[in-house]
Amino acid sequence: MELISPTDIAKRNVSSVQDYASLAWRALTNLFARPLYMADAIQQADSIGVGSLPIVVLTGMFTGMVLALNSSNTLERFGSLSLTGQLVAISMVRELGPVLTSLMVAGRNASGMASEIGSMRVTEQIDAMRALGTDPYKKLVTPRVISTVFMMFFLTILSDLVGLIGGYLISFLLLGLDTFQYWNTAYQSLTYNDVVTGLVKPIFFGFIIATVGCYYGMSTRGGTQGVGRATTQAVVAASVLILAVDVVLTQLMLSIK
Amino acid sequence: MGSPLQFPSAAAALDTIHKAIIFDEVSLCFEDLVLLDGVSFELKKGETKVMLGVAGSGKSTILKLCLGLLRPDSGHIYVLGHDVTTMKEEELFDLRSKVGIVFQESALFDSLNVRDNVAFRLMEEKLPEDEIEARVREALRFVELENAIDKLPSELSGGMRRRVGIARAIITHPEILLYDSPTGGLDPITSTTIIELIMKQRDVSKTSALLVSHRLQDGFMLASHYYDPVANTMRPVDGRPMRDVRTSFMVLRDGKVIFDGTAHELAGIQDPYIKEYIS
Repeated sequence: MELISPTDIAKRNVSSVQDYASLAWRALTNLFARPLYMADAIQQADSIGVGSLPIVVLTGMFTGMVLALNSSNTLERFGSLSLTGQLVAISMVRELGPVLTSLMVAGRNASGMASEIGSMRVTEQIDAMRALGTDPYKKLVTPRVISTVFMMFFLTILSDLVGLIGGYLISFLLLGLDTFQYWNTAYQSLTYNDVVTGLVKPIFFGFIIATVGCYYGMSTRGGTQGVGRATTQAVVAASVLILAVDVVLTQLMLSIK
Repeated sequence: MGSPLQFPSAAAALDTIHKAIIFDEVSLCFEDLVLLDGVSFELKKGETKVMLGVAGSGKSTILKLCLGLLRPDSGHIYVLGHDVTTMKEEELFDLRSKVGIVFQESALFDSLNVRDNVAFRLMEEKLPEDEIEARVREALRFVELENAIDKLPSELSGGMRRRVGIARAIITHPEILLYDSPTGGLDPITSTTIIELIMKQRDVSKTSALLVSHRLQDGFMLASHYYDPVANTMRPVDGRPMRDVRTSFMVLRDGKVIFDGTAHELAGIQDPYIKEYIS
């Protein structure tokens, strides 16, 4: 096996970060440049948003159910079972809704973007696009960023809602909680900061999913094996980055409470 | 578009008026691998230059450099009077509309049908639908594939894909055409069909062309035949002095140009490497 010097590894990593930052910057600045491929953005929104509905609904539902079950187990010891709705609501809206939805969408779409663009890269379709006078960053990256950010926002709201319904089903059917009590505590417990935090996060996460997926697609090398590698790396990198950015955003939002 | 040439003193002798492409001491390396080492050549307007060489000798790299898809480490490349080595990507998009390229594996957009592939550039320019349809049909008629207009690339054979690639390249009536191994991996009959189309484009539209090939017979066929528009077929030149096919040859070895001249000069060369290559 060939040994690579630490300097080369460091150089390669710095170069990757630089390339990713450059792609992210171009994706943002292209929002204000013509042409803006809105038809492509709508097509992507359909693929990313509508296509992700089943997994987002299922994830939200089961997460809400598990939250209700776990929290009820603890709350019952303190005689506070009635607070189940509150716990489910805060956990879903502030944290689990945005993060789990993003991880699901990353698994489905960051990989899809990396493999689609990666395949185009290794079959010279990206070069063909440039040769035909079209900027692939405008045509392929920016529409995906627009649609992922836009759809993540609404998918998260849906996931939060379905999670609350899942929690309610468990609370009503298994725990015997009153319907009004569950929804009232859930509603009353949510503050303005909770809702804003829960809605700001998916915007950042959507941006991460699209840019990471496109970055790995655009930098694919080495034929079909390279496409497979890019796909895996895109999901791993997007997931880790989402969780890391989540820490920063949570701290930031708590500090401006 | 890049500014008109302001030659440095060393390049003052370069004639960009009558030359479609000029390579001036172009070098390119990838890490430790030298792809091109001081390559210099010229492609006259209306000329077709066949680039020969073994795999890895730098032929396809030259085509990508012409379009600014790659940047050289040193040297200058002038395409239609513009120094592409100093132009920004946005400026290159305009110049690329005057240069068509046929990729080695066609590089058709696999999610688009033949019509949308061929019309890609016209749709990007937001031309009226009627005009796009007429020009797509004209280009497909040229490559005799009008009946495949609604097919997806996956439904086409290798030869048909190359022909669609040619139609996509010529639809804007470019001043220069770049062919990257257009007959690679094709059977002899289909290869002849592709060469006939390239000849047709050369003799009907008088387009300047750089053609990369592994197959010597492709080059010699281009140099020894002309396209007869009346009979819609190619015919041998057979020493007719009026038939100037304007086709020359260039041989690359390890990123260097080791031959640049006519078919006659190539046939009479004494260099042992080239003699072995063409034998």
